[in-house]
Amino acid sequence: MPGPKSAILRRIAPQLVILAIALLLNVLIFPDFFHIDFRNGRLFGNLIDVLNRGAPVALLCIGMTLVIATRGIDLSVGTVMAVAGAVAASMVVEGHGWGTALLAALLAGGMCGLWNGVLVAVLRIQPIVATLVLMVAGRGIAQLITEGRILTFMNEGLIHLGAGTVLGMPTPILIWVTLGAVAITLVRRTALGMLIEAIGINERSSRLAGINSRVLLICVYLVSGLCAALAGVIVAADIKGADANNAGLWLELDAILAVVIGGNSLLGGRFSILASLLGAMIIQSINSVILLSGLPPEFNLVIKALLILAILVIQSPRIGYLLYMLRAAGPQPQPRPGTADTLPKRKKEAAR
Amino acid sequence: MIRSTHLPLLVTLATFVLAFALCASAYPAMLSTRVVANLLTDNAFLGIAAVGMTFVILSGGIDLSIGSVIAFTGVFLAVVLRDTQMHPLMAFALALVIATVFGAIMGALIHYLEMPPFIVTLAGMFLARGAAYVLSTESVPITHEFYDTLQGLYWRDPSGGRFRLIGGVMVLTFLVGIVVAHRTRFGQNVYALGGGEQTARLMGVPLASTTICTYAISGGLAGLSGIVFSLYTSAGYSLATVGVELDAIAAVVIGGTLLTGGYGFVAGTFFGILIMGLIQTYIVFDGTLSSWWTKIVIGGLLFAFILLQKGLTWATQARRRTATGSAAPS
Repeated sequence: MPGPKSAILRRIAPQLVILAIALLLNVLIFPDFFHIDFRNGRLFGNLIDVLNRGAPVALLCIGMTLVIATRGIDLSVGTVMAVAGAVAASMVVEGHGWGTALLAALLAGGMCGLWNGVLVAVLRIQPIVATLVLMVAGRGIAQLITEGRILTFMNEGLIHLGAGTVLGMPTPILIWVTLGAVAITLVRRTALGMLIEAIGINERSSRLAGINSRVLLICVYLVSGLCAALAGVIVAADIKGADANNAGLWLELDAILAVVIGGNSLLGGRFSILASLLGAMIIQSINSVILLSGLPPEFNLVIKALLILAILVIQSPRIGYLLYMLRAAGPQPQPRPGTADTLPKRKKEAAR
Repeated sequence: MIRSTHLPLLVTLATFVLAFALCASAYPAMLSTRVVANLLTDNAFLGIAAVGMTFVILSGGIDLSIGSVIAFTGVFLAVVLRDTQMHPLMAFALALVIATVFGAIMGALIHYLEMPPFIVTLAGMFLARGAAYVLSTESVPITHEFYDTLQGLYWRDPSGGRFRLIGGVMVLTFLVGIVVAHRTRFGQNVYALGGGEQTARLMGVPLASTTICTYAISGGLAGLSGIVFSLYTSAGYSLATVGVELDAIAAVVIGGTLLTGGYGFVAGTFFGILIMGLIQTYIVFDGTLSSWWTKIVIGGLLFAFILLQKGLTWATQARRRTATGSAAPS
């Protein structure tokens, strides 16, 4: 099917271009960037590292994209990560297997997501406020579980989730790529994505059209909580310990940033999980540029801020309107013989 | 008769009195003026920042950058006082100007780009925190005799409580904030903007200048809060005051201000701050409770007050619906 495929390509083109630029910068600074080795039964290389380190944000932004598409926001994902990590670590320390620990962590994340979803969908509290409650209280709950300590563990199975490899590929990459693919298929091969978009565009009319927006909203926050729990387990497994204070700190902002870089509007509506995932990789590539270039990591935040500002300007409705007016008004005062040539071009731009 | 519009404020006040009574019954020593004076001193920087946050939330926005601005101001002061011969008062003025202009720029971006305040102030948060890191990643101590003089200023209550300068600055900020919010044209404009942008525009509220001024005030008060914080800790540290914006938002909500904007009281925020301070004091007095209970209790309080607000909104809407319903047939 060439039609939808080219539409998807056109949708993610800006993200691909930015990602290419970010990777190019990496190569300029560090010529061996694309070099990938196979050593000790696993793949090594900077590119693999970017994919691996970007896993938590990539996982978070799958759920976050869906939440933002419904015109919501989930501020609690960072603390849910901490809670899930703490639950998984404490289960393992108590002697349970890694499978039970993972299930318990997912259950905890699911409960957090369900709580957010009920507040938003049933009690009709603004998403930013509803998720703020858990954002404030969650870290306290995580500290309650770990009793204020950093719980360390040596369970091979659990560590494998964060630091291990499957067929030479680091497990976190496999997890986020698989989950991303499943989410994209589920959302795009069924009507689910369209229903979520409908809620984001106008919840009232979507409800009148027969969409069960309440259940869908709860599900969306549930998915966000589950993704956050998985990310939390990976982060905990990576450092072989659950740090209730610092696990997932400010990652909710990175996840939102990834979704925004992915070209998804914070005002809800159309979304693309693929573009968000590319956004997560863009953030990680930029982090990698800063690290490789030897710039002090302090600049990381400044660069991120400038990036957000640039995207804000591009996404701004006012700027879009201005450009539209310029485009509409531009050629008309001086109609030249080349009008026939400019007209289709204009049409093409409008279609974009 | 109690007007229903004052109900959230009264609930906050009642919560505070009840909490204080509970604390005092458990630990009679909490009734001393020392505890009250420390309550003011320890929460001074948070209170000042929360006044700015109240204005922003009243106008229907949100400001995530204040924690970073406080940290930036602290580091800026410390670095300036270490590397130059500038007098602290001059440095204070400079820091205030920078913070105010920073807030004004964010307000302008929000208004002119028509972007959600959430994401614009998020960028501001990264920028201010990054700027603080760039200035210094280490904690820079401040040793200046003027700081010692300011820190030595206090009014000693006969029973032993020391009301320090920074607590006084917070109370003064709240008083000015109350007057500005309820007794000036600008304050009314902020309320109108929070009530609904469309309506405010039709009423002739200058949207651009109101939005920009609101965020400038928030930025400026965050700067003042940074100065107070540097007086409180005698140092500037770029990792300090992470998450203060959340505490400030929580205090504003506990103070009875509606997060959708257009409704609330600056005075409520004051009691919100005191309630949060009281929880911490109680945990210190108790000694066996761990510090994370603060977060959980504040989260619980936040939830309770959001529910209360929701209930009030429902009640008003239901009343309005029945009122219009009965009016329609006649």
